[in-house]
Amino acid sequence: MASTTRNSAFRQGVLAGLPFLLIGVPFAVLFGVVATEAGLNVAQTIGFSLLVIAGASQFTAIQLMTENAPVLIVITAALAVNLRMAMYSASLQPHLGEASFGQRALAAYLNVDASYALGIQKFEEEPDWPVIDKLMYFCGTMLFMFPLWVIGTWVGALTGDALPESLDLDFAMPIMFLALTAPMIKTLAHLAAAITSVIGALLLSFLPSGIGLLIAAMIAMAVGAEIERRRA
Amino acid sequence: MTYSATTLWTIVLILGVGTYLIRFSFLGLVGNRKMPDWVLRHLRYTPVAILPGLVAPLVMWPEATGGEPDAIRFAAAAVTLIVAWWWKNMLAGAGAGAVTLTILVWLAGAT
Repeated sequence: MASTTRNSAFRQGVLAGLPFLLIGVPFAVLFGVVATEAGLNVAQTIGFSLLVIAGASQFTAIQLMTENAPVLIVITAALAVNLRMAMYSASLQPHLGEASFGQRALAAYLNVDASYALGIQKFEEEPDWPVIDKLMYFCGTMLFMFPLWVIGTWVGALTGDALPESLDLDFAMPIMFLALTAPMIKTLAHLAAAITSVIGALLLSFLPSGIGLLIAAMIAMAVGAEIERRRA
Repeated sequence: MTYSATTLWTIVLILGVGTYLIRFSFLGLVGNRKMPDWVLRHLRYTPVAILPGLVAPLVMWPEATGGEPDAIRFAAAAVTLIVAWWWKNMLAGAGAGAVTLTILVWLAGAT
């Protein structure tokens, strides 16, 4: 019985992850093209996608490297873009904290925007799932995305041809994440947090990439939590 | 770029390790311990506090128009939000948003 549920949690995760390939794969190919054009060799380009697995921060690094920025600047700026993932990590802890150290280490490796957003949505829906099911779902979302992220980068690096952008894929990312987030807005506190997040991120967008979003998100969390506390 | 191969690999490795540590942070180090209620209360708002802000600049200043605010993309984003929220269904919202975008882009091109 338990293994049936586990299989089904994994399968649900795999299915939920599929639409995100539409964003991830073209993005990965594009990274391969841009990074090799900038002067990285194929191994370094794949190394980026394999180790960093974070599109926006990879593009930030390449952009600064084409300008021959100091190494410290490249690293600081690219890591700043990824700071939001510490919040993902904290937010996943109440759900995955009971998993073994090795399982948590694996989940951390696969903790990206898509897996986090899909995972946390499912965990809020199914808070009583055993931790192993939550873990299976979370990893399931990355079953195709992770290898295709690396392979896509490789293809882009080898061919130098980005996929055609005729489908307005640039806007697929906002659409997917908006569609995923909207159903999570269930209370006034959620709505206030979401609105704060949007306004904050736009107002603070002059800050280095990632920093404005982090500050906006912290304020938005405080707004949500405070409204919940007062209404409780 | 003028970095040596060693420097390039150093950048890749440090970014890889650094990003991993960011991802691992709370999940790895807090582990099984229960965080205080006020922290958990804040964490419940993480997804709605971060994902809207993550995409807001992409909606406001879309890449396709070179960063100019664009009514078509606003409309597509609005339809996505409304449909996904009303039916509590991500795929319905994403599908409706994609169809809206495609039709409006086509109409704008046809005029």
